[in-house]
Amino acid sequence: MIEVDAVIIGGGIVGASAALFLGKAGRRVALLERDFCGSHSSGVNYGGVRRQGRPLSQLPLSQRAHEIWSQLPQLIGIDGEYQRSGHLKLARSLNDLRALQEYADSSQGFGLDLQVLDRNALRARFPWVGEVAVGASFCPDDGHANPRLVSPAFARAARLQGAQVHEQCAVTAVDHDGQRFRVRTQTGLELRASWLLNCAGAWAGSLAAQFGEPVPMHSGHPAMLVTEPLPLVMDASTGVEGGGIYARQVARGNCVLGGGQGFALDDARARPGQSAVLDILRQAVALYPFLEGAQAIRTWSGTEGYLPDRQPVIGHSRTQPGLLHAFGFAGAGFQIGPAVGQALTEIICSGASTASLDAFSITRFHSISVA
Amino acid sequence: MKPVVIIGAGPAGIRAAQTLVAHGIRPVLLDEAAHGGGQIYRRQPANFKRSPVKLYGFEARKASALHQTIDSLREQLDYRPETLVWNAEDGALDTLQQGRAARLEYSRVIGATGATDRILPVPGWTLPGVYSLGAAQIALKFQGCAIGERVVFAGSGPLLYLVAYQYARAGAKVMAVLDSSPFGAQARALPGLLSQPATLAKGIYYRGWLTAHGIPVHQGASLTAVNGEQRVQSVSWSNGKGQQPLVCDAVAFAHGLRSETQLADLLGCEFSWSPLNRAWLPQRDSAGRSSVAQVYLAGDGAGIMGADAAEMAGERAALALLEDQGYMIPAQRPAQLEQALERIGDFRQGLERAFAFPEDWATGVADHLIVCRCEEIRAGEIRAVVREGHWEINRVKAHCRVGMGRCQGRMCGTAAAEIIACESRRAISDIGRLRAQAPIKPLPFGLETEA
Repeated sequence: MIEVDAVIIGGGIVGASAALFLGKAGRRVALLERDFCGSHSSGVNYGGVRRQGRPLSQLPLSQRAHEIWSQLPQLIGIDGEYQRSGHLKLARSLNDLRALQEYADSSQGFGLDLQVLDRNALRARFPWVGEVAVGASFCPDDGHANPRLVSPAFARAARLQGAQVHEQCAVTAVDHDGQRFRVRTQTGLELRASWLLNCAGAWAGSLAAQFGEPVPMHSGHPAMLVTEPLPLVMDASTGVEGGGIYARQVARGNCVLGGGQGFALDDARARPGQSAVLDILRQAVALYPFLEGAQAIRTWSGTEGYLPDRQPVIGHSRTQPGLLHAFGFAGAGFQIGPAVGQALTEIICSGASTASLDAFSITRFHSISVA
Repeated sequence: MKPVVIIGAGPAGIRAAQTLVAHGIRPVLLDEAAHGGGQIYRRQPANFKRSPVKLYGFEARKASALHQTIDSLREQLDYRPETLVWNAEDGALDTLQQGRAARLEYSRVIGATGATDRILPVPGWTLPGVYSLGAAQIALKFQGCAIGERVVFAGSGPLLYLVAYQYARAGAKVMAVLDSSPFGAQARALPGLLSQPATLAKGIYYRGWLTAHGIPVHQGASLTAVNGEQRVQSVSWSNGKGQQPLVCDAVAFAHGLRSETQLADLLGCEFSWSPLNRAWLPQRDSAGRSSVAQVYLAGDGAGIMGADAAEMAGERAALALLEDQGYMIPAQRPAQLEQALERIGDFRQGLERAFAFPEDWATGVADHLIVCRCEEIRAGEIRAVVREGHWEINRVKAHCRVGMGRCQGRMCGTAAAEIIACESRRAISDIGRLRAQAPIKPLPFGLETEA
């Protein structure tokens, strides 16, 4: 029997950063991961570390995450290939460019420092962008990092901070005896804690449902691919207004691209799917002409939880005191994850998060039926 | 109606096609090469005019027979050469042919994907002038050139002596054959090898020929380094008597073959550990049925058995497919084939004893050795990740990029697994299996697709 202050289910970037910050605050923590920490969405996502384009309600948290990312080596012991390259969001029509301008206007005051570029300014500054782009919005301090390295490093840092990290350790039963949670695992562990953090990503819905608050979450499987190393061309991470292909180039020269949806192989694994891969290979050359003739060497996907409003659930359960949720990041949890871990830590240590979490309450799904 | 598709036009694929055609089926035969025959019976370009005997030696008759078979079947097959199968998904294969992507649905599929060399790297192996044994053989057969004028052959396995013999016959100076397996192992393996006396005799002949022609053949001899500035200038090797230098301008090396299993993986086949192959292989029954109902496997792609076995396994898998489709098949033939395959299996056991894989290889590897040449990952970087507590091979790959490059672990996967197992003190079968990810080979941007 393991007695801790908090049991965290899910060793992705949210759960691992919660374990790290709780450990730093002197709390006894156990982090339970069914597979390996940071091996699912947190580790196989595109690697965008981006504030631009998020709903305004996420920007306070995202801004706090931005501060945390600036301290990454001190926090997790590696730089995680994090670079503040800037994030360039391309517009393929004047309507899209207007939408970017509106976002730049409405996000004033959150510290994003967006620069809206017309066609000429875009060409002058980013000559590698294809003619299909009529303009763009540039966020100079956004960037990208290597999720394969960063997310597991949060778990390692948590362990060094004193958290018990159990990998290959699926949770088989959870209940609450009126005072504390009891958690059992496939490996035969039994844990007790006053706090239970549901950070199980796309698989968090069943725990929420068990405590009487089901959510209409579905899984998404982004299609991703990477090229062989190419001469360094892209000096910003990119996306496209209205969705489409996103791309970045790492220091080694490989370009990482994503776009479209793959499919689930089973409950835990996903593949990018041939049609999404072919779409990327055909369409990317219009946005990034230098890719013509380059080779894609590997494709992959992951499993991400989406709620209908594409906003996460973060904060207290309304049915079970001591239960905190943090899941459903709609493929955009990598940048914000560390700030969510910090907010959960604040709830436990000081009663409330300093950043407002109102927009992310699970209660927004209480009145609707779950499909 | 969806066709039966055969992937790979080597010995297994061609015999499978022939068997299907004989029963009135018109299969699609996909092959990456321009001409059928596979790697072992790779055909020379049209403008080359060397005799089969010169190209294939003892195997000339088999090579010619196989080539004649595919030529005679041309009208009864939907034969698509120069076609890469880069993905399998949802009852269809994704192909790339001359820059054009297409999708091919199948009713059933026979995978005959063949093998590549099994490589255990040594310092200097990325220098120009270093080849795998298979590549050295292809240079001779397909390009009509030798990899060098003074060539060292190293490693183990039957191909070692065969390629050295072929080079010497072609006029190259073979400086030495360095066989890492000790003589004692080969003597002990003799009883198993006697199950295929003709094949054994050929092996003995090659070696005898080399010795008779004054070519040094060293047993229990390990290649320890390839040396040179811009390209190979010499090798170092060692045996019980210590380090020896040897001047040369090219090296060919490998430790046997490894199955190309990525496609079986993408097709959803279950894998299990094969101690004999020291590799994860797709499961198949004695007829070649995989764990997936519509998928059959034959030839070296499902476990190394050699070309003769591949021909039989191709036929056997096709018969299984026919049987499963409700065709009448010759009553005796399946049992005959399976018995013959079993005998070759015994021989293969003997070969594995004769050319024993150096199981302690990883213990002697220096940290600075480049293991993954695509991503330039050294043994020490792999070990550092293992020391952080990682032991599962996909996880180690995620942390240090080993196997993440252009070859997707084909070249470095064996060595990486050996190092991970050694450093984590786990059995080689206990560190997981490198998962296949599409594309099986690189895909270009800007490709055309079917409307």
